[in-house]
Amino acid sequence: MYDVIIIGSGPAGISASLYTIRANLKVCIISKNESVLEKAEKIENYYGFPKGISGNVLNSRGTEQAKNLGVDIINDEVVNIKYEKNFIVETVNSRYEGKVVIIATGKSRKSPSIKGIKELEGKGISYCAICDAFFYKGKEVGVLGNGNYAIHEAKELLPVAKKVTIYTNGKKPIENRDEELNVDFVEDEIKEIKGTNKVESIEFFSGEKRNIDGIFIAEGIASSGDLAKKMGVMLKGKEIIVNENMMTNIPGIFACGDCTGGLLQISKAVYEGTKAGLSAISYIRNKKG
Amino acid sequence: MSVLHLTSDNFEREVIKSDIPVMIDFWANWCMPCKMMSPIVDEIAKEMEGKVKVAKVNIDEEQALTLKYGIMSIPTFVVIKNGNVVNQSIGMQDKQELLKLLGI
Repeated sequence: MYDVIIIGSGPAGISASLYTIRANLKVCIISKNESVLEKAEKIENYYGFPKGISGNVLNSRGTEQAKNLGVDIINDEVVNIKYEKNFIVETVNSRYEGKVVIIATGKSRKSPSIKGIKELEGKGISYCAICDAFFYKGKEVGVLGNGNYAIHEAKELLPVAKKVTIYTNGKKPIENRDEELNVDFVEDEIKEIKGTNKVESIEFFSGEKRNIDGIFIAEGIASSGDLAKKMGVMLKGKEIIVNENMMTNIPGIFACGDCTGGLLQISKAVYEGTKAGLSAISYIRNKKG
Repeated sequence: MSVLHLTSDNFEREVIKSDIPVMIDFWANWCMPCKMMSPIVDEIAKEMEGKVKVAKVNIDEEQALTLKYGIMSIPTFVVIKNGNVVNQSIGMQDKQELLKLLGI
């Protein structure tokens, strides 16, 4: 059981961990995705580096700093957050319980630009299996994606739907997956999702077409927006809405860094991580009292 | 006015024959986003008393109504005026967006 679970190991997540661990709390950072920071070749506008610094070096220094202070750095992919007395963060390999969750997973990706997705949202296109599986009892559904997140969503649907297919849209499905998973993979590139009032079929560039009742979008790694939606965290577009203390509409869930919108800058992420960390400390202390 | 809980039995009377617009929140107990929307929906019910009727349909208990309105994702908010759907929106949203949905 952790006091604080931080999802994401960019400047926001690391900063939040530095403050919470120094307040004597039990803290972990769970992270899998390659951060945007790591890819930055040279950062020349951040305080204290007259010759600039590579994003990769800055990022690994931050991680090392957190590690040295006693933060558990867990290399795993988060697929779900839920609430059972405490917050439960589910990953591909395990689950972690925490009093507070800080979401610092960076900017959400754009929605896939396949024709029909936008038009049929809520009419067979869904972004949350746990929320909408109910509507597909005995029906044929697809999951759009090729990674662990897609598999997690498929597993949520399997007990309810008649048939679940993962559509990878031209990508290779991940290896080392559960062999007993009762799901077909279709790797063809998708041309369009069709339907008048609701999703009816999926069409491929190969000319093939399949009838289908619904499609769940789960491309890549679950983004901040995906995770937020499952818990009922309020979003504006794809950005998480926070108050001045970096707390979301759900007490005990904080968000910081690029996922809250605004300036996509390290300085802003560090500030918000700091604020989220300090707010989490007072939240936990007040709860105890 | 508090939020009205709709069933197949009171639907005709409370919604279809209503003199004022009705906003229906399709929800379920196991749906976290629905639960988080609940205080906002309650607030609108109180503030809009007399102008708009705010109601809820529990999709587990009222599957016929859920099916009738083609609900495939929750929360879904549907605005009905004179028996007809005039506006609809899916997913969590803030109070301003819900008021906009009502045309206010």
